[in-house]
Amino acid sequence: MRSSVMYAAALIVGGLCAAAPMLVATNAVDRAVAATAKDGLEPVESFNAIKDQRARSVALFEEAGKVIQSPRCLNCHPAGDRPTQTEAMRPHIPLVVRGPDGFGAEGGLRCGTCHHATNFDPANVPGHPEWHLAPIEMAWQGKSLGQICEQLKDPKRNGGMDMAALVHHMAEDSLVGWGWHPGGDRKPAPGTQAEFGQLFKAWVESGAVCPG
Amino acid sequence: MTIHQTDLSRRSILKAAAGLTIAFYLPPLAKAQTAAAPAGPFAPNAFVRIGTDNTVTVLSKHIEMGQGPYTGLTTIVAEELDADWAQMRVEGAPANNKLYNNLAFGPIQGTGGSSAIANSFEQLRKAGASARAMLVQAAAEQWKVPADAITVTKGVVKHAVSNRQATFGELAQAAAKLPVPTNVTLKKPEDFTLIGKEGAITRLDIPDKTNGKARFTIDINEPGMLTVLVAHPPRFGGKVASFDDAETRKIPGVVDVKALSSGVAVYANGMWPAMKGREALRVTWDESAAEKRGTPELLAEYRAAADKTGIIAGREGDAVGALAKASANSAAKVVKAEYVFPYLAHAPMEPLNGFINWDGERAAAKYGCQFQTVDQGAIAKVLGLKPEQVTIDMLLAGGSFGRRAQATAELAIELAEAAKAIGPNKPIKLVRTRDDDIRGGYYRPMFLHRMKGAVENGKIVAWSDTVVGQSFMAGSAFAGMIKDGVDPTQVEGSNELPYTVENFQCDLHTADVGVPTLWWRSVGHTHTAYAVESFIDELLQEAGKDPVAGRLELMTKDKSKRLAGALKAVAELAKWNGPEVGNGRARGVAAVESFDTFVAQIAEVSIGKNGEPRVHKVWCAVDCGVAVNPDVIRAQMEGGIGFGVGHILYADLPLDGGRVVPKNFDSYRSLRINEMPEVEVVIVKSSEKPTGVGEPGVPPVGPAIANAMARLGVQRPRSLPMVPAGRNA
Amino acid sequence: MAAFSIKVNGKSHSVDVLPDTPLLWVLRDNLQLTGTKFGCGIAQCGACTVQMDGSPLRSCSMPVSGVGDSEITTIEGMAGPETEAVQKAWVAREVPQCGYCQSGQVMSAVSLLQSVKEPTDEDIDLAMNGNICRCATYVRIRAAIHDAAKTLKG
Repeated sequence: MRSSVMYAAALIVGGLCAAAPMLVATNAVDRAVAATAKDGLEPVESFNAIKDQRARSVALFEEAGKVIQSPRCLNCHPAGDRPTQTEAMRPHIPLVVRGPDGFGAEGGLRCGTCHHATNFDPANVPGHPEWHLAPIEMAWQGKSLGQICEQLKDPKRNGGMDMAALVHHMAEDSLVGWGWHPGGDRKPAPGTQAEFGQLFKAWVESGAVCPG
Repeated sequence: MTIHQTDLSRRSILKAAAGLTIAFYLPPLAKAQTAAAPAGPFAPNAFVRIGTDNTVTVLSKHIEMGQGPYTGLTTIVAEELDADWAQMRVEGAPANNKLYNNLAFGPIQGTGGSSAIANSFEQLRKAGASARAMLVQAAAEQWKVPADAITVTKGVVKHAVSNRQATFGELAQAAAKLPVPTNVTLKKPEDFTLIGKEGAITRLDIPDKTNGKARFTIDINEPGMLTVLVAHPPRFGGKVASFDDAETRKIPGVVDVKALSSGVAVYANGMWPAMKGREALRVTWDESAAEKRGTPELLAEYRAAADKTGIIAGREGDAVGALAKASANSAAKVVKAEYVFPYLAHAPMEPLNGFINWDGERAAAKYGCQFQTVDQGAIAKVLGLKPEQVTIDMLLAGGSFGRRAQATAELAIELAEAAKAIGPNKPIKLVRTRDDDIRGGYYRPMFLHRMKGAVENGKIVAWSDTVVGQSFMAGSAFAGMIKDGVDPTQVEGSNELPYTVENFQCDLHTADVGVPTLWWRSVGHTHTAYAVESFIDELLQEAGKDPVAGRLELMTKDKSKRLAGALKAVAELAKWNGPEVGNGRARGVAAVESFDTFVAQIAEVSIGKNGEPRVHKVWCAVDCGVAVNPDVIRAQMEGGIGFGVGHILYADLPLDGGRVVPKNFDSYRSLRINEMPEVEVVIVKSSEKPTGVGEPGVPPVGPAIANAMARLGVQRPRSLPMVPAGRNA
Repeated sequence: MAAFSIKVNGKSHSVDVLPDTPLLWVLRDNLQLTGTKFGCGIAQCGACTVQMDGSPLRSCSMPVSGVGDSEITTIEGMAGPETEAVQKAWVAREVPQCGYCQSGQVMSAVSLLQSVKEPTDEDIDLAMNGNICRCATYVRIRAAIHDAAKTLKG
């Protein structure tokens, strides 16, 4: 668990968010500022200048990776059984685990014990009808963007989706879409789901090359 | 058995007779009794009432907030009364410092300092015994037999020779007509059938606490009652400059908004409109006099203060000289350590609240009141009444840990001000949220201990401890306890060691900080025990001594005997064989006297995969004199240990520019069941007078954990909590 | 304000409240079912646990507008073998201290035993760690759940 947080910290320090340095302001006082900060995605066209098709594909994925590696997404793609939470991606308190179906331990704290159909800001609890954890084979935390990329392309590790289904999932799935409407003080994933979907689609069309 | 929480104030059943604790019984006033609580008719004193239905009701002058006084005090009365446990009932006593003062506090009614059993033991034994004597006398007169031929067993009064018997209920009316005896004989301890007997009693408050029936202050819902939330300044010492309530008043259910000395009160029909109304409030705060220092600034100041010697709070020999000598001596080793303790919130599960109904001439309050006399005076002052025009009914409290025992009566004042601001005949329930609680101040003060010790030839030859922190006595109703610049609660446990060290010094710097502070379960021992018991362990390690044997060697003072006894008992319980136990685990020990109770604990600890200490098991030996309710004592040790473990590991309350950073249990981390160690308790057999157990379970566990960690090859934790906020769970 | 009809403890109730009112406050302030307690308001402490269609639910993070036709059961409405076994074990072990969190503890424990007949210590951790007890009665909570499971097994 620790390594994932260190990893997340490294990402921030390492410049993944360098385009928007104000976003690193994650202390309590500045959270509200961070949450409302503009944090966009480069449009697909801005990658047209990259002549090398493979390099362009990689660049598109790296741009989409800003979403994939945002805490809004990573928090529920943990490497272990326990999700993380907050911008700092600390282990979820209380202790909850994936359980047999991704919705929590049997008889224990199910996701739905606290998370309901919609975000409920008065209790600072995010929600969605399908609120649950990604299966362990879809774990993203602690992995490089390249590793996540390879994993996404592997039907054994992406829920059996072909590329078309994957594009649809990224662009249309409403639980994925929650990442841009997280409620409360949470910082949304960069850009919009539509922009993310376009980047993802362009990446697939450009040959779905993964970062090395 | 049940607890009846009826409206005692209106019943006015007790009236002091010329300052004696023996009272006359007056019939209930008009109010019909809603609960099943039987009235009199036999009320031989302020504490015991026996009904014709054969129930015995004990009036507890101490609040039940989890530590078991309702059961403990009832046990004491039942013992001397020779009652049957099944006929015992308990009620909270009303505010009346003539009848119900805490004998450990003087003329003040209140609960605290683990004193409930200790100060009531003789008093309630006499109360029970005099009631028994009167019942026996009534039977003797009825049956025309000598009183000394009558026996009482399990609530049955019997004359064996004539084979006559009666229940307490049957004798109650006759007994009520008899004079109260001035002298009663108390039982011999060897004749006790309830006190100290395993399984003899069951806790009176348990059943209703498993089915939702137990009533707390937050559960009050009276006709016409308004719920009040107060917006407080974001920095301590801030004042309301102005406020705009336009948006607040638009919220359906909001009734009124008023400024109080502590903030801005929103009055509403129910909690949710009140919460939303407060959220919508725009307050401009005058922060000119507010505390604006954050934790880093305070720590820097405390460190600078500790560079100099403060007011001497304890001294033996010449520690300064001995340390200087040791520094120059290559055969001696000087050890230095600094311990830093954060502010801590009590965070009782039921945040503070209170109900009051003021009609302009009298005020009737009810809540989990812990300091009746102080609160009663404060409410009276705000409302321009005499204290006797203010009644306070004591309700069950959802935890306190010191928070409800207010030297400043801040809650009572706010409650009374809120009532006054909206005007008479508007009953209100003032409620605080968890955020209000965590950010509301009255914390365990932040403290720093700068320790120096010298070891020479395996012997500890010098010890000095410079303590820096706030005094919560200063400026409070208890300021008189400060002697020669030393508030004893700042240094208790530090200014006198259970160990014999030839050259010893403890000195104190009192910090002036605008953060309100208060006693917190085990008070000064929350930090002094950690500093002292960690440091002795470090010095013993340096001296090559076993942590248990080394401590015992140094416990040569007379007053350390019982602590040594507890230490031996825990070593035996845990089968102590040194701190190293293998398997990635180590054991640490600590022994602390607090509130005249002696507790030693051994903690077995490993470092978890996440880098956090994992406390597997804690063994605990407690010597609290006569053990009135053994199971309650065990429960308090278990709970005290859990309370200690949670705060030592996780609880932090940093200030950023004077603003409290955490605000709820997501950021003020509390112990959870998966983090709770296994606990095994042994009660040391003792015939000494009983002492308290509510707090003494807390102090030893922190240093015991730290001492185990030191043996695991990790750095001794010198700054608490051990798991800082932001680090992984 | 808006009118909502909710089913609680087998009865239908109509309440006129703000739509974002957490179920917790409807239960406590409108229906006077005060066994369900407020502890944090952010689904961190579990004091407000009720059952919704038989599963545990934090009533502080559920707006009344989200309850719909679901059946809500509070501590006052709990019955059945698991409830009886848990309450009996709670009394026998003298679990509560201040008692304020215990409605929620009982609700979570009953819910656990309704779906896991013989819970392990890990099952107990996973089911109960969402319920904070500041008195730290955890040792006895664990023991009482094991006791209740044994009782139910017969």
